[in-house]
Amino acid sequence: MSEHDSELKPSKPAVWNDPKYRALFFQIVLVLALGYFIVSIVDNTLTNMESRGISTGFAFLSEPSGFGILQSLIEFDESHTYGRTFFVGLLNTLLVAGLGIFFATLLGFVMGVARLSNNWIVSKVATVYIEIFRNIPLLLQIFFWYFAVLAALPGVRQSMSLGAGVEFNNRGLYLPSPVPEDGFSIIGWLFVIGIIATVFLARWAHKRQEDTGQQFPVFFSALGLIFGLPLVVFLLMGSPLSWDYPTLKGFNFQGGISIIPELLALLLALTIYTGTFIAETVRAGINAVSHGQTEAAMALGFTRGKTMRLIIIPQAMRVIIPPLTSQYLNLAKNSSLATAIGYPDIVAVFMGTTLNQTGQAVEITMMTMGVYLTISLTISMFMNWFNKRMALVER
Amino acid sequence: MTTETQTYELGNHPDWEPPSNTTGIIGWLRKNLFSGYVNSVLSLFVFYLLYIYIPPLFNWLFVDAIWGGGSREVCEVEGAGACWAFIDSRFSQFMYGFYPKDLLWRPNTAGLLLVALMIPLFIKSFNYKWMLGGFILVIYPIIAYFLIHGGSFGLGVVETNKWGGLMLTLVLSGVGIVASLPIGIVLALGRRSEMPIVKSVSVIYIEFWRGVPLITVLFMSSVMLPLFFSEGTDFDKLLRAMIGIIMFQSAYMAEVVRGGLQAIPKGQYEAASALGLSYWKSMGLIVLPQALKLVIPGIVNTFIALFKDTTLVLIIGLFDLLAIIQQANSDSAWLGFDTEGYVFAASVFWVFCFSMSRYSIALEAKLHTGHKR
Repeated sequence: MSEHDSELKPSKPAVWNDPKYRALFFQIVLVLALGYFIVSIVDNTLTNMESRGISTGFAFLSEPSGFGILQSLIEFDESHTYGRTFFVGLLNTLLVAGLGIFFATLLGFVMGVARLSNNWIVSKVATVYIEIFRNIPLLLQIFFWYFAVLAALPGVRQSMSLGAGVEFNNRGLYLPSPVPEDGFSIIGWLFVIGIIATVFLARWAHKRQEDTGQQFPVFFSALGLIFGLPLVVFLLMGSPLSWDYPTLKGFNFQGGISIIPELLALLLALTIYTGTFIAETVRAGINAVSHGQTEAAMALGFTRGKTMRLIIIPQAMRVIIPPLTSQYLNLAKNSSLATAIGYPDIVAVFMGTTLNQTGQAVEITMMTMGVYLTISLTISMFMNWFNKRMALVER
Repeated sequence: MTTETQTYELGNHPDWEPPSNTTGIIGWLRKNLFSGYVNSVLSLFVFYLLYIYIPPLFNWLFVDAIWGGGSREVCEVEGAGACWAFIDSRFSQFMYGFYPKDLLWRPNTAGLLLVALMIPLFIKSFNYKWMLGGFILVIYPIIAYFLIHGGSFGLGVVETNKWGGLMLTLVLSGVGIVASLPIGIVLALGRRSEMPIVKSVSVIYIEFWRGVPLITVLFMSSVMLPLFFSEGTDFDKLLRAMIGIIMFQSAYMAEVVRGGLQAIPKGQYEAASALGLSYWKSMGLIVLPQALKLVIPGIVNTFIALFKDTTLVLIIGLFDLLAIIQQANSDSAWLGFDTEGYVFAASVFWVFCFSMSRYSIALEAKLHTGHKR
């Protein structure tokens, strides 16, 4: 018996043919090659930097920068440090990315739904918009808005008034800014309380529907609680809010909120360009919900609006959200094109001016790339979590 | 006229015409433009907007436009539309950059050769598509390099700083795709490998390059690349940009190829192993030919993205189509015709990208046959 057993046993392959040892060998070779590559690069970089007289390290971050920045969300002037230029740039990047995501989502959803509209002309206009703007490079669109449109606007003295104190000229867009007066904080608190009350109301309404089947108009009550109540109190208190209008003083407008043309051009281009991709995503998502779902909802007696809201949209969102997130990521990364027209984002300020002044190429490049990597990884981690939550649980 | 009730025998009812308001133009209008109040208002509003904006745009672009003439004076006429004379007078620069005028036959030959080589790929009955494709991907770039750059076969060298315009855009995106394809395949295989170190190295590489914007990559390759190599290694500006683009693009290519690898049923891998094929043989003979066929539309799509992204090289000082138009816009002899320049550049990019995307869609429909499940 034992003789027979040994015959059936697979013959042991030679060491160089054993997949286990082969894998080990390949990986050791890979590690060694990569290690050699990295060591030689680091070594070369250090020698090169030494011979060019560039010091390494992050000491430069606490030195005064000596340059001004066009737009800053935090206080900044020449006496602030290089480290602070990093944060100014970062905040400007986040600002344009956040605004861009908001507007692009709006435009994208409208155009995506419009392309599926049964109104022939509306769907054709949406198609033409999508096909034109997604096939033109983003940088070209940014240049177009900045150099050909915004720079051609009338000067400050011939500024166009768009009504309600809004001024538009080649120095940018000027909006009146709200100035809260005594007692305005009450309105703010009421707003917050309204949101909290709505959350509880929604829970209660959901539970009541589960128990009794009776529905409660949550949407309109929420509108009333969040916006209606503060508005009524606001009017009762005699409108404790005034506006600071931009006025022409000397060579420029003073007061109000000013939006620099660089931001406007970048925002326009990012919105219009990314909007096309979001529109296609939305269209694909809605198309992915099979028509049987609509028919089933109709058969159950749902109205058109309810079919859309309760049946189609929740299923479409499952398809839309992953590509939508990657469009958001693209938009955030594309906002780095700001540097081409001089909008002070992180690439323009930190990787541009600061790098030119200090020569700390390696540190600055690593920090800037680190920022984008952090944004990307955070969003994709969120996306994975979200996907897991939304994924269909199948048998 | 009296109305009579007519009776028909069972089954003898004549076919009546459909109601007149559901057929023909009127029916179409009712169905597609004026079905309900909201749709009617919407349609009228859109038509009104089109009526306001399209005719003036059309007039500016074509009817009132000035098509030729050597200087800006021809365009300074009352009521003149677009000044295409500006494009006309600089056309060769927009196409070739600062490439010497008397040597233009060289890039032209390279371009014509590429077109000639591509034509058989669209012919259905042509049987050697794989071989020709390989020739275009491997041999053609070498020929094109010697034609455009020169340096041997009796052709004088044209330095890369003279390259520009649409030619540079095409060179950058072409090199980017061709060089990133093999790297992308290796990375995609690495990402699906069972060896932990190989897998993690591939994942880190791919996620790193996909996580950063191309502009920072270009900055990095133009600022840091010279620091990475021992002194005396001189890098051409164009070569630096190309290295940056290839590293960046190969990560995207890897993800496209991985999509194809995942679409191949597991049975194919197992069958290859059962036949006793080694890893490289099973990949090269069984899996990759099927996977690559599936991802051709994806590759075309990344090519479109790269084609648009090459415009970013203007930031590191190369003169691609957009950069050269930007430079022409600031020429004092032609000041004030920015819009014409941008419209021209946009239409060139649009024609390329739109036709490629149509091609990719058609290809997808054609190739999406055997793997539908």
